[in-house]
Amino acid sequence: MTLFCRNGQGDSLTLEGRVLAPAQGIDECLSITIEDGWIRRVEPSGSTRLLLAPAFVDPHVHLRTPGREDEETLRSGTEAAAAGGYCAILAMPNTDPVVDSASVLGALVERARGDAAIPTGFMAAITKGQRGEELAELADLAANGASAFTDDGRPVASAGMLRRALRYASLTRLPLALHCEEPSLSRGGQVHEGGVSAELGLGPYPSAAESLMVERDLALAGLESHPIHLMHLSAKESVAAVERAVAEGVRVTAEVTPHHLVLTDDAVRSLDPNVKMNPPLRAEEDRATLLDALRRGTIACVATDHAPHARHEKEVPFEEAPFGVTGLETAFAALHTYLVLPGLLPLRTLLERMSAGPARAFGLQEPAVEVGARANLVELDLEAEWEVSEDGFRSLSANSWLVGKTLRGRVVRTIAHGREVFAA
Amino acid sequence: MASDPRVPAAPRRHLLSVSDLSREDVERLLETARSLAAALDREVKKLPTLRGRTVVNLFYESSTRTLASFELAAKRLSADTMSMRSSGSSVDKGESLKDTALTLAAYDPDVIVIRHPSIGAPGLVARVTAAHVVNAGDGKHQHPTQALLDLYAMREALGRLEGLHVAIVGDVLHSRVARSLVQALALVGARSLLVGPPTLLPDGIEALGCEVSTDIGAISAADVVYVLRMQRERMAPGEAYVPSLREYTALYGVTPERVRPGQVVMHPGPMNRGVEIDPRVADSAAALVTDQVRAGLVVRMAVLYDVLTVAPATVPVAAVVA
Repeated sequence: MTLFCRNGQGDSLTLEGRVLAPAQGIDECLSITIEDGWIRRVEPSGSTRLLLAPAFVDPHVHLRTPGREDEETLRSGTEAAAAGGYCAILAMPNTDPVVDSASVLGALVERARGDAAIPTGFMAAITKGQRGEELAELADLAANGASAFTDDGRPVASAGMLRRALRYASLTRLPLALHCEEPSLSRGGQVHEGGVSAELGLGPYPSAAESLMVERDLALAGLESHPIHLMHLSAKESVAAVERAVAEGVRVTAEVTPHHLVLTDDAVRSLDPNVKMNPPLRAEEDRATLLDALRRGTIACVATDHAPHARHEKEVPFEEAPFGVTGLETAFAALHTYLVLPGLLPLRTLLERMSAGPARAFGLQEPAVEVGARANLVELDLEAEWEVSEDGFRSLSANSWLVGKTLRGRVVRTIAHGREVFAA
Repeated sequence: MASDPRVPAAPRRHLLSVSDLSREDVERLLETARSLAAALDREVKKLPTLRGRTVVNLFYESSTRTLASFELAAKRLSADTMSMRSSGSSVDKGESLKDTALTLAAYDPDVIVIRHPSIGAPGLVARVTAAHVVNAGDGKHQHPTQALLDLYAMREALGRLEGLHVAIVGDVLHSRVARSLVQALALVGARSLLVGPPTLLPDGIEALGCEVSTDIGAISAADVVYVLRMQRERMAPGEAYVPSLREYTALYGVTPERVRPGQVVMHPGPMNRGVEIDPRVADSAAALVTDQVRAGLVVRMAVLYDVLTVAPATVPVAAVVA
């Protein structure tokens, strides 16, 4: 068991609509009867107004707890996730203190049992303090409920250290989730190296800073035969490297964020700190390659990399702003609006990559529409138009690149682990 | 998407980047500067144009010529001026740029002129205050009044801008002057060529409409040789973009041997004599350095006048969503 949430009874209710569950091959109008949190009956129905799908799983969320509870808490972050249609999320360990010991992890698990609105998993650090120098107690962390290991926010800079971590982590069977960044190439980097960085004078962060590390990490994962998950890919060269490695049998999964699928570095011309993230927005070719990889399944997961920041920390000149944007409450609507509606990504593929894809990558139970399964469902109104506003977030932070945008498609209800956790 | 809903959204003219200007804007500003220069030839050098207006200079980086020039420009136009430097102010106490801007905005300044080490600072001040904002240099991004004064000095010296060939030599990578000037030259139909060591020429800069060369010999075809300051802080250990200043000077220093008769030489200052520019060149009749400083005064007067009196153009908002 690596997911934790508030205890409570499962709910009983009946949902009706067009059910689209790509992993189960379902696309028909059904009525789903949930009793005490379990799917008890699935029957034909005439209702087509709403879309029902397996709820979403986000493998990359910063809950900022412990340490920055002004930016996000377990409660606010999981409520934001529920509003975004998620039934499970994985939280990153780059907190203060870092989740690198069973005691810090244990305190989080305890708190999640009281506060988490939806099942939440906690990744633990690969190295102590995420300093890249000594291994964290991976076996102890796994025994105490860690869902995977990552030093996210920074790379494991030393190849020797990563190799040792991969080898030792085989004791736990948990994947290593890797933030790929070669620091000597990204140092001082703010935006993708190219015409925009040259024009604006912002420190260049070349694609090679990511893809070189992706190549290294894939080589080491192959060497140690341990599964890795590559986080927030941004560069076309990284996608090519993953494809080669998959062909060679390396056990690798990968994720991409909504912002890397929708925006390019052209957006940086606005100098809006809410388009500043690590890795940076890249060129149109990169965006197209990422989208294609998501379509084909080379990248099987959409991850928000939800990174809340206090308003005053983002209300500074672009160059001084911290990296990161929020995304839990807008991921589906943004991708539906900018990719599905223009015909660039089939709806069923999007639903699969937001749910079964990430669940499989981390060995979690796949949300499914079947009798006898725990209910993990999202109800979507694909026609609803809504404007993203700073005041509308359940997250404690509002550093979204979508503020002011009108989106089409909205989550209207979320059932997570048998409980109704969100209803519009 | 960056606008702050709490600030009245009345459109105002700013000067944040050369990329916001049209050719007509540039022509108008240079014309205004020219007529102001004529007015300054009179015995009494003060014009009543901006009487009752307030101009605040907010400087977060050391500056001699730019600050002096903005101060004097505002005074010559009879505006009230106030200059704030970051040292010795509340910035030393950790005040954020937003709060400093809001504090100054409480005095209802008409114009805030800002120099700041971070890219995007002028845009932030424009978002959170109701003042017209003039960028006096933000990090490695933009220094639009420098570009305008350079155009002015070039036209005064050579009689035209259209078709002019300008070679810009040196540390382009870290230069807001180079970025602004290349854009400004493209606007007026002049040709620019960037010359420097490959490590100081950013990838993708050609997109601004310039040519690029690593050969100092390429400057001989130019009408203007524009020398950039070689910033010594770029030579810190681990930060060295060239092996040594000695080698840089040997390869790219602008010496009398490398300047062709008939060419003019410009430099935005402050100069490192003996590094990027040979003192014999700096002191020669070909050098327009003091003309540039003089141009700075009238061009900045023109900019202050322009942002306050000319109706704002519709500012094109870059498409954010692909």
